[in-house]
Amino acid sequence: MIAPARLLCAVFMALSAMAPVVTPALAVQPDEVLRDPALEARARDLSAELRCLVCQNQSIDDSDAPLARDLRLLVRERLQAGDSDAAIRDFVVARYGEFVLLRPPFAAHTLLLWLAPALLGAAGLFGVWRLARSRGRDATEAVALTPDEQAALAAATGTGDRDPA
Amino acid sequence: MLIEAGHYALVLALAVCIVQTIVPIWGARRDDAALMEMGAACAVASFVCVAFSFVALSHAYLVSDFSIRNVVENSHSQKPLIYKLTGVWGNHEGSMLLWVLVLTIFAALVALLRRSLPARLRANALGVQGAIAVAFLLFILVTSNPFARLSPAPFEGRDLNPILQDPGLAIHPPLLYVGYVGLSIAFAFALAALIEGRIDAVWARAVRPWTLAAWAFLTLGISMGSYWAYYELGWGGFWFWDPVENASLMPWLAATALLHSVVVMERREALKVWTIFLAILAFSLSLVGTFLVRSGVLTSVHAFATDPGRGAFILGILTIFIGGGLALFAWRAPVLRQGGLFAPISREGALVVNNLLFSTACGTVLVGTLYPLALEALTGAKISVGPPFFNLTVGAIALPLLLLLPFGQQLAWKRGDVAGASQRLMAAFGLAILAALAVFAFTRGGPVLAPIGVGIGAFVTIGSVVEISSRAFGRGVGWRLAMRRAFGLPRAAWGTASAHFGVGITVLGLAAAAWSTETLVVMKPGDRAQVGPYTATLERVVPRSQANYREDVGLLRLTRADGTDAGTLEASKRLYLTRNMPTTEAGIRTMGLSQVYVSLGEAEPGGIGVRLYYKPFVLLIWIGSVFMAIGAFWAMTDRKYRVGAPVRAAVRAAEVREAQA
Repeated sequence: MIAPARLLCAVFMALSAMAPVVTPALAVQPDEVLRDPALEARARDLSAELRCLVCQNQSIDDSDAPLARDLRLLVRERLQAGDSDAAIRDFVVARYGEFVLLRPPFAAHTLLLWLAPALLGAAGLFGVWRLARSRGRDATEAVALTPDEQAALAAATGTGDRDPA
Repeated sequence: MLIEAGHYALVLALAVCIVQTIVPIWGARRDDAALMEMGAACAVASFVCVAFSFVALSHAYLVSDFSIRNVVENSHSQKPLIYKLTGVWGNHEGSMLLWVLVLTIFAALVALLRRSLPARLRANALGVQGAIAVAFLLFILVTSNPFARLSPAPFEGRDLNPILQDPGLAIHPPLLYVGYVGLSIAFAFALAALIEGRIDAVWARAVRPWTLAAWAFLTLGISMGSYWAYYELGWGGFWFWDPVENASLMPWLAATALLHSVVVMERREALKVWTIFLAILAFSLSLVGTFLVRSGVLTSVHAFATDPGRGAFILGILTIFIGGGLALFAWRAPVLRQGGLFAPISREGALVVNNLLFSTACGTVLVGTLYPLALEALTGAKISVGPPFFNLTVGAIALPLLLLLPFGQQLAWKRGDVAGASQRLMAAFGLAILAALAVFAFTRGGPVLAPIGVGIGAFVTIGSVVEISSRAFGRGVGWRLAMRRAFGLPRAAWGTASAHFGVGITVLGLAAAAWSTETLVVMKPGDRAQVGPYTATLERVVPRSQANYREDVGLLRLTRADGTDAGTLEASKRLYLTRNMPTTEAGIRTMGLSQVYVSLGEAEPGGIGVRLYYKPFVLLIWIGSVFMAIGAFWAMTDRKYRVGAPVRAAVRAAEVREAQA
C-alpha cells in the first residue's frame, strides 16, 4: 500500500543531505533483526529506500509481502558479508532494475526531475524580476500627464484652490 | 421507485445546469438583469435535484436495497448503520455524486448569499459553475450511474472494503471534497473576471472568503486523512508521499499561495494576473487529483475504481476546463490592468516570496508525481520517485518559507523596514534558539537535527504571537490599552496569527517525531517490553467476534517507571468475513499530547509479533492543522466579508463624498 515518510524528514533533509534521522515504522519481523545495531540501522535505512515490487508504492521496510521479506533478508545478508551500501544498492538494481529505487538516481534521464525545483524557482524569480523591472519603468514613465489630463488639471486649478477631495 | 426518481432528478439537474451555463452568461453580455437572475434560480434548483438524488441513494444504502448494483458491491446487511451511510461515498459512483452535491451546494450558496456582488460577476461565475456541474453530471450519468439495477437481486451484498469501515470515512472524504470543490468558486470567479475583462479589489473581496473556506476544509481533510492513515495502516506513519496524497497536497499548496496573493490584491490591487492564474491552477489541480485517483494511471491505496473508459472521460473534462481556462487566461489576461506599486522589501514583496516558494513546491510535487509516467511513456524506462525525493526537495523549499514567515508578517505594506522587523522578532528568535539549545542539552545523544526543527517550530509559533503583540503594544502603551488594541484588531489579523501559530505547532510535532521509539518483539501473555518511558505488559490475547468480522485482541497494560499504572490498550488483528480480508487495528493510548501505539503482527513460534511505538507530542501535528483551519474560519468572519458590509461601506463612502462636496 503506502510507504512511510515524514514531513519531519522534509525539514531535516533540508538542513543537511544526511539520511533521515527518524527510524521509520516497520513491517520488519523480529526474527529478521540483526544483532549488530549499527548494521541493523544501515539495513533499515537501505530498505526504506527500496521499493516493494509487488505492492503499490510501499518500501520493503513497511511491506508484509513475502517478496519484501526476501529482499530485506537479502539486504541483511549482503550487509553481513561486508558490502557497502552502494554495492548493495547496485546489486538490487542489477536484479530488479531502477524501478526498485525509491530515491531515483541522479542521471541523464532524471536530470529534469532533480533539477525541477531549481528550474521552477529560477523561472519564478525571473518572472518576478521582469515584473519588477517593467513596474519600475511604468512608474517612471507614468509621471508625464497627457494633454487631456493637463487640461483637466488646469481647469480644476483654474476654478479655485479648494481641495479636490 | 425512489431510485428511479433519484436517477430522474439527476437528469433533471443536468438539464437545469445546461440552462445555468448558457442563460446567465448570455444575460451578462446583453446586460439583461432578468436573464442574469436565472443563474441564481437554476443554481438553487439544481442543488435541490442533486440533493434529492443523493438522499435516494443514501436511502437505498440504509435499507440495504440489493437490487441496486452499487449497493450490492459496497454494502452488507450486517454492517453497522454508520458504515452503511458512509458506504454511499466509499465507492466511485457515490463519491462522484457527493462531489457534484458539494458543487451544487456551493453554487446555491453563491446564488443565495452574495447579493452584494456585482450582478455580472455573479452571473458569469454561476455560468461557469453550471458548466462544471454539466460536465460532472454527464460523467456520472454516462459512465458511472450509481442507480443501475441488478436482476436478479442477490440476497446479500459484497460488503465495503474493510479499510474503509472506519469513522474516518465519515469525515475525511466529505471534508476533502468541500475543499476541492470549494476551489471551483475561485475558478469560476476567475473565469468570470476574464470573461468580463475586469478585476479589482471587489473581486478579491468576493473570492477571499470562499478561498478561505475551501482552504480550511482542504487542510482539515488532508490532516484527517493523515491521522486516519496513521491509526489504520498499522505502522504509525502519517505522510507517505503516495500519489493520491500528492494529488490532494498540490491543490492545497496552490490554494495556500492563492490565499496569500488574494490578500495582496484586496489590499493593494497588485498581482492581479497572477492571482487569476493561481485560481485557475488551484481548481485545475483538484481536477487532476480526481483524474489521478480514478483513471487507473497511478496505483495507490485510494484507487478504488479504476477504469480506463472513465479515465478518458475525465481526461476530456480536464482538457476542456484546464485548457479552456488557460486559453481564456492567455487571451484575456493582457486586458487586465496592473495595480499598486510596491518596494521589494514590503509585505507585498514578502507575499510574492511566499507565492514563489509555494508554487515551486507545488510544481515540484507535480513533477515528482508525473515524472515516472512521462519517462515511461517517452523512453520506456521505469523509475520510482518516492519519499526520499520529496523529503529532500519539498523540505528544501519549506525551510526558507518557515524562516521567512515571521519576518513577512512584520513588514509594512508598500515599503517595509527589515531592521524594525528584526528588532520586533528579536525576542521570538532568542526564545527559539533557547528552546533548541534546551532541547539539545536535555536530550543529549539524541538526533542532532531535531532540536533545530524544534527551534524553527518555536520561532514560527512565537512569531505568530508577535504578529498580534507588536500591533497591540507600542511606545508608552500600557497593558490595558494594549489589550484593548489587541481585541480591536480585525478578525482577519487574528485568523492569520492563528493559522501561522498552527504552522509552528505542526512543525514542532514533526520535529518531536525524531524522538519516537520503536520496539519490535515476540510476546506471549505475561511478557514485558519497554516503550518509551513506559513498560507494556501483554496481559492476554482473546478472540472476539462481531457481525461482520472476527478479531484477535491483544490487551496490554502500561506502567510508568515508578510502577504506577498508566492504563490499558487494545490492539487487534481483524478478519473481515465477506471479503476474507485481514486488517490491523492499532491500539493507541494518548497521554497528554504523546501516544503509545501498538500493533499486532503475525503469530510466531513462542508468541505473537508486537510492534510498540512511543510517539512523543505526535498530536501536535494534527492540532496544528486545526489551528490553521480555525484561523481561516476566523478570518472569514471579518466584518468586511459579512453580507451587506461592502454595500454599507459604499453607502457611507458616498455620504462622505456628498458631505465633502
